[in-house]
Amino acid sequence: MKLSRGEEVWLIASFGMILIFMFITGYQTFALGMGPPSHQETIDPQQVDETAPFDNPGVKKIADNEYEVVMTLQLFNFTPAEIEVPAGSTVHFILTSKDVTHGFQVADTNINAMVMPGYIQKITQTFDEPGNYLVLCNEYCGAGHQAMSTTIKVTE
Amino acid sequence: MELVKKIEMNVKKNVSLGVSPQDAKLSKTYLLVSFIALLLGGVLGLLQGLNRAGLLQLPPWLNYYQVLTAHGVLLVLVLTAFFTIGYFYAALSHTLGGLLPKVRKMAWIGFFMKTAGLVMAVVPILKNDASVLYTFYPPMAASPLFYIGLVFIVLGVWMCAFGSFLSVAHWRKQHKGEHIPILAFFATGVFVLLFFGSIPVAVEVFIIIPWAFGWIDTINVMLSRTLFWAFGHTLVNIWYLTAVSAWYVTVPKIIGGKRFSDTLTRVVIILLVIMNIPGGFHHQIVDPGISEEIKYMHVFMSLAISFPSLMTAYAMFAVFERTGREKGGRGLFGWLKKLPWGDVRFLAPMIAMIAFIIGGAGGIAQTTNQLNQVVHNTMWVVGHFHITVGTSVILTFFGISYWLVPLVSKRTLTQNMNRLGIIQTIIWTVGMIFMAISMHWIGLLGSPRRTSYTTYGDHATALSWDPYLFLIAIGGTLLFIGVLLQVYIVLNLMFWAPKGETEFPIADSDPKDGKTPYWTEKWGRWIVIMLLLVAMGYVIPIVDFIMNAPPGSPPFRTW
Repeated sequence: MKLSRGEEVWLIASFGMILIFMFITGYQTFALGMGPPSHQETIDPQQVDETAPFDNPGVKKIADNEYEVVMTLQLFNFTPAEIEVPAGSTVHFILTSKDVTHGFQVADTNINAMVMPGYIQKITQTFDEPGNYLVLCNEYCGAGHQAMSTTIKVTE
Repeated sequence: MELVKKIEMNVKKNVSLGVSPQDAKLSKTYLLVSFIALLLGGVLGLLQGLNRAGLLQLPPWLNYYQVLTAHGVLLVLVLTAFFTIGYFYAALSHTLGGLLPKVRKMAWIGFFMKTAGLVMAVVPILKNDASVLYTFYPPMAASPLFYIGLVFIVLGVWMCAFGSFLSVAHWRKQHKGEHIPILAFFATGVFVLLFFGSIPVAVEVFIIIPWAFGWIDTINVMLSRTLFWAFGHTLVNIWYLTAVSAWYVTVPKIIGGKRFSDTLTRVVIILLVIMNIPGGFHHQIVDPGISEEIKYMHVFMSLAISFPSLMTAYAMFAVFERTGREKGGRGLFGWLKKLPWGDVRFLAPMIAMIAFIIGGAGGIAQTTNQLNQVVHNTMWVVGHFHITVGTSVILTFFGISYWLVPLVSKRTLTQNMNRLGIIQTIIWTVGMIFMAISMHWIGLLGSPRRTSYTTYGDHATALSWDPYLFLIAIGGTLLFIGVLLQVYIVLNLMFWAPKGETEFPIADSDPKDGKTPYWTEKWGRWIVIMLLLVAMGYVIPIVDFIMNAPPGSPPFRTW
């Protein structure tokens, strides 16, 4: 087996590209805290309504320009359905499912997380631009899946 | 006299080296089922494309997700599995000198098990008792019959895998110290992956069945999901490896060239086999319950698979350039003109390879943590697998069918069918360009996958997707025409084309490449390394899912 010069260059470049991808991904994940939503707390999926903090879902202001949203996902809606925050707010979402696997996605942002029964998922986003953001379930969850949506109002 | 007899025997043996009539019948049956699945899956695909664009309301007795479940099962499971087995069994028969009678019997038993399993799985889908999509994530629970059907499909695939191992083992015993023929080497890689890759889903289904019957109350949702993806992504890579076998072995022959280095070809196969199974984890990058460190390791395990594919990209274009230049092509790109663009057996797999450049690049992008979060579960992913499985794999399978179907039917490819095939390839390509580009783009805009037509209460963002959904419907319509043409061509080549002999195109290796080292043949070693990598990828998360499991979930029927 002998590699041609061209092939050597190609393979070294290929391997280099993979390393560059790994470096950037690792740097963003561990140094900049941009890792994917990976919260590891568990919950009894049949006792969500009785378990804190999901016994009291809603929007809570925790600091200047900082909000916490405790949210449950269930067939085929989100609780709370009404979310309103001023522009520039950082919002921490704490999510779980009361039944099947759902997805939590907010169009025009990078919010995208799986929300599974038995697990508490967390994701944070700063909303800089005012607008009416579309929140939708992006994991097939049943006959009403296409209707499972709400909005987040970000006011001026 | 003795000598004459001996020569006659040899001639006879050489003839039987072609696919024997009984082996031909086996492959032909597999291919027939695969193209029937293409037809049915194509009809369902058209319905979906039109519904998703808001152009077609499905009748009340037909649910979008039911259609989607059947589309997925038929195209990504049945079409592909039956084609792969039909193709590789023809290759085993051809290159190993006919199938052993017991192997042929195993392949038939496998055929009937898969068909029976398929019927069991499709009946509940038709009755709307299994609208759980082909990923069937618990705690959505389908009718138990659906899962029992899946068990039979897996067992049928295993029969065929064991049959292939027996064939190769038998051949090796009689050819000590020789390398197994390259297509048999590919077949071994594919069946090793099919066997080991489907173990996780078999375990998953065995956990689900008693739960679906109600004998146990709850199920571990994360464990099921992880076991599914250990299988799910391996599966699509198996279809890809099957397509790759044609790129390395049959396409060079069709263009009148030699194979790329035999050693490197075998190394690519070995790498794709040992690194494949842990790659499935990148489907879970935005899942809860898995630490960022584990996810980071899996980014590497996924990206690593791109390395053998990049080797393949080089190899293929090297073969094209060398062959084009030998035929007198000059200048930087003159060799391109010397390639047989008018031969559909070349054109279809060539476009498939070009599509893989795009599909592979998209795959590398979406397998990394942050980029995955942008596109996870959006239409981008649907665009991705329509360009990888739907174009790279399927156009290669179509390209194979133009010689394999006449070969096993003792017929020939006519000029007319070749021309129709070229038209088919162009329609498929244009349809996929419409469909895949729109899907990728609309995914970036946030449109979710696996969702019937919706405007989310006339939300402006959702309404802005509509023009792209219309383009997807145009693509889907073109693809449906492509499906009809392809099924017609295959039926023609199988039953009506003029009788004759068709060659099994296997290119010779280049004598300049030297001898392939024998360590490539040590399959036992490769399997051990593969299992070590699987353990590296999966032991920690799976132990974690079991030891730190939340209370389980009861079954839900949500459709």
